[in-house]
This record gives sequence, structure tokens and C-alpha cells, in this order.
Amino acid sequence: MPTRSNQGEAELNFLDRLARTTGRRTFLHWAGLTIGVVALGCGDDDDDGGTGPGTDVNLGTGDTGVLNYAYALEQLEAAFYTQVVASFYAGAPAAEQTMLTDIRNHEVIHRDFFKAALGAAAIADLTVTFASVNLADRTSVLSAARTFEDLGVSAYNGAGQLLTVPANLVTAGRIVSVEARHAAAIRDLITADSFAGSDVINAQGLDVVRTPTAVLQAADPFITTTINASGLPTA
Amino acid sequence: MKNTTIFGALDPELVERVSRRGAVEQSGKMAGALAIASMPVAFGLLAKSAFAQGTTLPANIITVLNFALTLEYLEDDFYQMGLDSGVIPAGDLGIFTPISTHEAAHVALLTSTIMTGGGTPALKPTFDFTAGGIVPDPFTDYPTFQALSQGFEDTGVRAYKGQAGALMSNDSILTVALQIHSVEARHASAVRRLRGEKGWITGNANTLPAQFAAIYAGEEAGAGVTTPASGEAFDEPLTMDQVNAIAAPFIVA
Repeated sequence: MPTRSNQGEAELNFLDRLARTTGRRTFLHWAGLTIGVVALGCGDDDDDGGTGPGTDVNLGTGDTGVLNYAYALEQLEAAFYTQVVASFYAGAPAAEQTMLTDIRNHEVIHRDFFKAALGAAAIADLTVTFASVNLADRTSVLSAARTFEDLGVSAYNGAGQLLTVPANLVTAGRIVSVEARHAAAIRDLITADSFAGSDVINAQGLDVVRTPTAVLQAADPFITTTINASGLPTA
Repeated sequence: MKNTTIFGALDPELVERVSRRGAVEQSGKMAGALAIASMPVAFGLLAKSAFAQGTTLPANIITVLNFALTLEYLEDDFYQMGLDSGVIPAGDLGIFTPISTHEAAHVALLTSTIMTGGGTPALKPTFDFTAGGIVPDPFTDYPTFQALSQGFEDTGVRAYKGQAGALMSNDSILTVALQIHSVEARHASAVRRLRGEKGWITGNANTLPAQFAAIYAGEEAGAGVTTPASGEAFDEPLTMDQVNAIAAPFIVA
């Protein structure tokens, strides 16, 4: 998984290249394109039995789009921990099972909360894949969990300014701190006292911020459904 | 939930922000430490010019920043005194040293942001970390130190959350506040687990001395909260008045 800094640099370099090699209009065209992925064979990942691979979802615009973006991430997290808890890695201590089960419960609640709040505007169920994660291996599972939690924190931190309705900002705030609590707990399972390590907290004492574009790129390997994020606000 | 204004006009803003090489130096000038650290990740997130150099921040934002600064003073003093006192066992320094570093950084960042925005930073109060004798001296009694640490961190999370709405008019400031907010939550998670608790708050459970129940009051409520698990899944905000009331016993003058 990319670290915070190289993720950011990679993004910046990519944007630089685009800016140099393409005209303004071309760049905008790219920005409006879907964050696409190649559909992978994906059997039992979709615990909700929702739409299959190849069915695009469009997050929409305005606050609804931002909330759908959060809903997409919560779907990913909930699906991940549901699989983790369904078959714990060998030798998982009871305390770790309890912690991961708690987190699973929280993520499922977040997912269902967004689905209910969005109502008819909610995107369909995403098809996800954790083929790159060895669910039987503690290190692999916890590393993926750390990625998802730190990514989630950075996503909410970046999404706050995109929201226009105060109640939606409060909702995002009510969730992001729980994601940060998760991130800290998972990180400490991997490396003692890394709950707020210098790979995520900078010298100013600030956590990571990512744009939706950066977040969806990072999540892309785990999401089979094509997500169209072109309607999201940018400021 | 309503679909509100479509901000979607990608065109001018996006291109401007992506291509504007001066964004880095501009942000460096405007908010001191504020934006530098988030580079390059925050590059695409810089607010238009809501907080450009010479821009005076509105009074309500200065008020919120000074409120946050006072809380950060409290935390910074608390951890610095804890580290200086020797009350923290060597094995736990890996938790409290980075927390102390972060709180000191938050004080510096908020101070510089307030000054850049034309405000006057609040003066650091004089603190009494026994809260007028409610709790033993945390700098000789380690369980009390841990308990107060948890209380301050969990309060900090709720305090920043409660002010987010007041910062919506300034994207840069809001984002920085959110970045501090999640750091406080990471701290809270670590200290809670050090004390043998879950990293998250179940209902309104208060494991601190009873006088501090206000730190957790209302955590059991909120949209989507119907079960113990959903109570853990959402953290609830506190108002400025509620936070000030929690902090008051620790502030002598």
C-alpha cells in the first residue's frame, strides 16, 4: 500500500504529467471520467447480493454525491470486516476477534445508516473484491484494515469541505472520529504505539486529507463496480 | 436529506488549483504551518482564497479558534507536565510522548492561524489539574493521569466536532479543524485502550470519576443510534458551553 507521502506525490506527479501532456479540455474530460476498474471475477464478495460487475454507479452531485461517496467507502469497509469476522485468521486472539467484530458492527451500521439516509438517492450495492488480501493471514488482514481505516479518515477529512448542509457535516464528523479510533486500534495491533504515527500525522499535528479522486484510486483495486464520481463537488 | 447546490462546475476551479504552481507558497504564507504539512496531499484541497494573506477572519471563526486554542493549551500543559514529572512509566512514553508533541503542534498552529487571520490569540490560562481537589495530583498519581488524559481527549473530539459547522464558511480552516479532530480521536483510542477500555465509547459510559460524567453525556444518543453497537459507531458533538463547563474546574484563571 502506498504511504501517505508517496501516495500524494504519485498523485501530484500524475496530475503534473497530465497538465503537461494534455490540454485543459482533455484534462477536464479525464477528470469527468469514471474512476473505472476492470471487472474481476468475483464470486461471493457481495454480501448483499446487489448489482453485479459491470453495472456502473454514479455518486451524483452536491451533498448527495458526497454522502454516496462515504456510503461507497462504508460498503467497502463493511464487506471487508464481514469477511474477516466470518472466518478469522488462524490463531486470532479473543481480544482481536472482539475488536474486529466491534469494528465490523460499526461499519455495517455506518453503511446501513447512509443507505437509509440517502433513500432513493443511494447508489446500488457495490461489488467488491478482497482477492489481494489473504484472509487467513493476520498480517495481511490487519494491513488491509489499516489501509481502509486510514483511508477512510483521510476521505472524511477531505469531504468535510465539500458538504454544504451543516447537518451532513455533523454526520460525517460523527463517523470520522470513530474511524480514527478504529485506525488507531488496528495500527497498534500491527506496531505498538503507532496509533498516530508520523506516517499519518505530520509535524503540525494534522491527520491526512485526501481528495475523492485520490481515495477512489486507492480503493479501486478493491471495488469491482465502476464508480462515476464526476458529479462530486470539488470545493 | 436534500440534494443541494450543485458545485459541479469543475472547470475553472479545478484547473486553476491543479495547475497553479503558486499554490504552495501562497498557502505557506497564509496560514503558516497550516498547509505546509499537508502538502502534497492537500494540494487539490486548497480553498480558493478565503484565507489569503491579509484576509481578516470573521469574528465567529476567531472565537472558535481561540476556544480550540484554550483546549489545546490545557492538553499541552497537561502532557508536558506529565512528561516532566516522571509519573509516566517508561513503557508508556511511546503513547504520551507523541500525544504531547501533537498537542504542542496544535497550540502553535492555532496561534499562528489566529494571528494570520487578524485575531488575537487567547492567553494561556493557569491550570489546576486536580480540578480544585476533585482528583489526586495526576503528576504523582498515574491512574489519575491516565484518566484525565482520556477525559481530555474524548472531550477534545466532541469539542472539535461541535464547532465544525461554525467553520463551514472557510474550507481551509474547516479542513484543518477536521485534521486535528481525527488526531484527537486517535489519541483517545490509544489512551482508552491503555486503561483497559475499548478504543470507542459505548453509550454514555463514564469510567472517570463521577464528576466528569458530562464528558460522556449524550454520547448514547443521535441519529442512527439504537443499539449499544450503534452507540459506539457514532461520536456525538458537544457545544462550546458544554465543553467550557467540562474544562472550567481545571482553569484557575
